[in-house]
Amino acid sequence: MSTQAPAPPPGAAPEPAEPEPRTDLRDPRSWLPSVKVTAGAFVIALVIGAFVIAFSDDDVIESLSYFGSYPWDFFTRSADAVWSSYSALVRGSVGSSNAIASTLNRSAPLICAGLGVTLAFRAGLFNIGAQGQLIVGAICAGYVGFTWDLPPVLHLVVALIAGLLGGAVWGAITGFLKARTGAHEVITTIMFNYLAASILIFALGHDTFQRPGSDNALSPKVDDSATFGKPLGDGFPVHTGVVLAILAGFAVWWLLERSTWGFELRAVGANADASRTAGMSVAKVYTLAMLFAGLLAGLAATMQVLGNQNSLSPTLPGSIGFDAITVALLGRATPLGTVLAGLLFGAMSVGGVAMQASAGTPKELTDVLQALIVLFVAAPALVKGMLRIRETGGGSTVMAKGWGS
Amino acid sequence: MAVATAISDEGAVDVRDRGDVRRQIRLVSVFGLVLLALVFFYLKIDDFGVKYTLGERVTKDDPAKDLDAQTIMIAGLVVVAVALLLAVVNKVPKGALGGLIYFLVGVAFFAGFVFWNYADQTGTFSVAIINPFPGTIRLATPLIFGALAGCLCERAGVINIAIEGQFLMGAFFASVASSLAFSAEMGLVGGIAAGVAMAALLGVFALRYQVNQVVLGVVLIALATGLTDFLLSQIPDDPDIKKYLNEPLILEKVPVSGLVDIPVIGPALFNQTILVYIMYGSVVFVTLLLFQTTWGLRVRSVGEHPKAADTVGINVNRIRWQAVLIGGVFAGLGGAFFTVGSTGTFDSNASAGNGFIALAAVIMGRWHPVGATLASLLFGFCFTLQAQLAFLDKIPGELLRASPYLVTVIAVAGFVGRVRPPAADGEPYVKS
Repeated sequence: MSTQAPAPPPGAAPEPAEPEPRTDLRDPRSWLPSVKVTAGAFVIALVIGAFVIAFSDDDVIESLSYFGSYPWDFFTRSADAVWSSYSALVRGSVGSSNAIASTLNRSAPLICAGLGVTLAFRAGLFNIGAQGQLIVGAICAGYVGFTWDLPPVLHLVVALIAGLLGGAVWGAITGFLKARTGAHEVITTIMFNYLAASILIFALGHDTFQRPGSDNALSPKVDDSATFGKPLGDGFPVHTGVVLAILAGFAVWWLLERSTWGFELRAVGANADASRTAGMSVAKVYTLAMLFAGLLAGLAATMQVLGNQNSLSPTLPGSIGFDAITVALLGRATPLGTVLAGLLFGAMSVGGVAMQASAGTPKELTDVLQALIVLFVAAPALVKGMLRIRETGGGSTVMAKGWGS
Repeated sequence: MAVATAISDEGAVDVRDRGDVRRQIRLVSVFGLVLLALVFFYLKIDDFGVKYTLGERVTKDDPAKDLDAQTIMIAGLVVVAVALLLAVVNKVPKGALGGLIYFLVGVAFFAGFVFWNYADQTGTFSVAIINPFPGTIRLATPLIFGALAGCLCERAGVINIAIEGQFLMGAFFASVASSLAFSAEMGLVGGIAAGVAMAALLGVFALRYQVNQVVLGVVLIALATGLTDFLLSQIPDDPDIKKYLNEPLILEKVPVSGLVDIPVIGPALFNQTILVYIMYGSVVFVTLLLFQTTWGLRVRSVGEHPKAADTVGINVNRIRWQAVLIGGVFAGLGGAFFTVGSTGTFDSNASAGNGFIALAAVIMGRWHPVGATLASLLFGFCFTLQAQLAFLDKIPGELLRASPYLVTVIAVAGFVGRVRPPAADGEPYVKS
């Protein structure tokens, strides 16, 4: 049992364990330190990113050769490179209505899958399986989407439910295995990711899933009747699924903070033995938590298949399932945090492509930036040390136990 | 059914506990399923002519020989039938003899499965059964290295999910070092350096800044993926420069004279690259280190009960640092396998999830280096068999591809069950 308490800064006097202060939005003292640390983490990550950009720029490297005689060139060229990259990143993600729409569309699956990871986290489960749950959800939603023939709205609803069920079943199996046999969820979810990938490739090998006239492993697009509409037109092409993602955020918040079952879930996550003694069914909580986590990953799949109208292919899931873990961690396993982190990651990945196109900085840089941000957010002691923030508190980390038992 | 009771001949009450009943049910069902499968395989085969070779491929000097598959399969059927009978009357012995029975049943199932795959080939030229063990050892090598790194860290109480990240960095810098120095062995040094650097990062954040270690592992993987992709994109396509950065030499196979001629296991164990020989030594080294030395006792004590260890004067964080850094050496070597140990050039995501499988091996092996090694070998075997059977058309390739993972789930859920990690795994220690 190794519940991760917020770590006191090294060297500081040991603090007695105190109950976490309730976050009251009206009182800035309760959330300001945390915001400061998060902002500090961003600043440090961006500064490191700036160095990487500068030293990967040909002009800057060239100016280094005569740094001794004319150092000014080095600084101006570095500043140029950093400015053009970061401004392209921002412009590409939120600079126009089109950019904002693609950011939202890109964020929606991250938010949904991230919420799934968050939910499992709170039950003390480390769900690495968002990827697999998403794939199965995509297969189910896609199958209904391009083979069945139903009237518009009904078709969408049925395909949506199929996607949700697919993910939920895939998640529930791992939860059930954990509850019944004690098989560790980290192993089973990883293995179920690979199994799901195999099923996807298997399905794409069959005529039902094969796009007519294509030799690639590529399915047809889902019928128009099964897609989320884009009610705001071409000027702001955001699909209605994004609304569902935000609603899912509310639902998870309500589930965790306001429902009896959510209380049980958090109790089991904090201390499974104590919860069992108190008469809660740990097995039920594990199974249901993974079921809902899978359901949310399935929702993420429908964003891709029914929202962005992507075809099923081996590359469809990309790295959404794994990014979802980072999103949940950056969001500190809270629904609101996960939604915000999902938006940020969506913006960075959309902006990264623009950055590569206009400033020539490789889009892989955004992956490095994302990792650095989460790393520093998770290490408040380091950020405070580097930026000389004196306040205590702020920077409670994710409640995830060690390996659990 | 808490307790099943039966009156034996003497009138004494023979009490059977629940565990025993469950064991019998499990054995009967497993052996029964194996028998059913074997009968199915036997009936499905029309022509029992199967060729085999003990080498890794059929060559002129080493032509494929005929194998009497029918006799072997009948022997297998008899073995499994006897085992099933024993299980029905609940007389399967425990201990070594029981282990032998499980092993024989396993071998019988495996033989039947392989024969069924190789029999009745319709292609123009027939494929012979080849020795799966050289491939098993080769593919298990990175997994074993990763699992050793995991065992060392976690026995000391530091969760290491970032094996995949250490692999990626190790693979990349092994490739760079090998290309720069024009020497495959220098690649191993580069791999070790990168593995230790990642381990140091893990140590700084986990031990100095007490970051949640599960979070940290995931983040380090993301960082390593992003960083290697970024660096890879920075290597120019110009062959004159690329030659020095990402065109490594590959480790040569070094047959051990004498030992390599042992049938079946000779080519598997003793016709490998130097990396594999280092792996053998590492398994022995880590096992002895953890369980036979004072330092190992300290490592295990800080992983189980850091406060008690501190009380007797052990510097908890120093021991943890040492364990994490030594683990980095092995993880780096495992990473080097993916470039200088196998294919050479580093590609994006070269380790392809092997770090996660090594992590699974650590847990399956119950945080013991030998257990983790055996689990890694199981994975290596499944991967090899899958690659070999893919040439035959009995089982669809997609299902074969999934088989190692399916085997893991069955093994973990059915046989390994609940595992107990080191008690203080993932708990930062703050002296109070």
